[in-house]
Amino acid sequence: MHMRKLTLMAALMLILSMGKAQQVYESFDDFAPLLAQTQNDTTYVINFWATWCAPCVKELPYFEKLHQAMAAQKIKVILVSLDFRKDLETKLKPFLAQRQISALVAALVDSRQAQWIDKIDPSWSGAVPATLVYRGSQRQFKEGEFENFEDLQQFVLHFFDPKN
Amino acid sequence: MKTKTGFGIGFFASVLFLLTFIPFGPTNSGLKVGDIAPDFQLKSTSGKLVTLKDYKNVKGYIVVFTCNTCPYAQAYEQRIIDLHNTMAPMGWPVVAIMPNDPSVQPGDGFDKMVERAKEKKYPFEYLLDDGQKVFPAYGAVRTPHVFLLDKDRKVRYIGGVDDNSEDETLITRRFVEEAIAAVEKGTEPVPNMTKAVGCMIKVKK
Repeated sequence: MHMRKLTLMAALMLILSMGKAQQVYESFDDFAPLLAQTQNDTTYVINFWATWCAPCVKELPYFEKLHQAMAAQKIKVILVSLDFRKDLETKLKPFLAQRQISALVAALVDSRQAQWIDKIDPSWSGAVPATLVYRGSQRQFKEGEFENFEDLQQFVLHFFDPKN
Repeated sequence: MKTKTGFGIGFFASVLFLLTFIPFGPTNSGLKVGDIAPDFQLKSTSGKLVTLKDYKNVKGYIVVFTCNTCPYAQAYEQRIIDLHNTMAPMGWPVVAIMPNDPSVQPGDGFDKMVERAKEKKYPFEYLLDDGQKVFPAYGAVRTPHVFLLDKDRKVRYIGGVDDNSEDETLITRRFVEEAIAAVEKGTEPVPNMTKAVGCMIKVKK
């Protein structure tokens, strides 16, 4: 009982220290379920980025805008940071605090990347930015940045096409 | 007649299929394992004009597309220096090529490359892909990106240096060194292709 309380306290402290909406995935196996929510009709927009990647940082506002513009839809925008583990506190956290991002931010710090890049998409070389959109069994992947918000919107909108 | 119509529909369906899916399929052309890599002539931070065929008594080349500015390239910088120091005496020098357009990424300008090479005492040639012709011919897409060529410039391995970018103590596979060992034994490297996270090569829009 005592142990349990301690664990709970430790978990709570960890959550508080991490700041808002920043989930850290140490292992790809823990992250993988985010790529496999195929049993519902939510559209998942998963962007891989890093604070050190200029084109990624440039397109982040497009994702934030998408998240806000489509809040009424069944859509989940997840910004997956690939920053190094050592940079989470010193770079990612201050970056997020400054940017006021309301979309969900996660950090994937499993550095055995050769093992998981293909699991995100076989066509991905591993360069960032990269974006995966899926709903059910429908998937679309893009390596590289979006030109502007409309470009991203176009990429995502056809998942909401009534034909689908 | 019926079969013909069937074929027609099938044909149009496949064209439609291709039209729909090609834009999202793999776009990387460039070299594959087994291809012969083109030689090049590029200026080095050492002041030389470097061509692969000018290397004497080598068993092959560790061509690495890398740069000053990418944090992943930086994370691998010392490992690439070490790789050269270990492998060059055995006949496998590192040949580093900086593929970014300096007008897009000023930190990768030639002067900055010279500075970096001097500061970190690069023991290998550090070349500027002036005009950005070499990286597309190789099919490099990110920094760092390794192409291991044998002495006939045949591609034997493409990918990352090892299997842990952030923590050297957790490395379980040293892909490039293992590939070289395999080639020296006369066998095919396994794996002969790996993926790694890196920065996209910067080109002007």
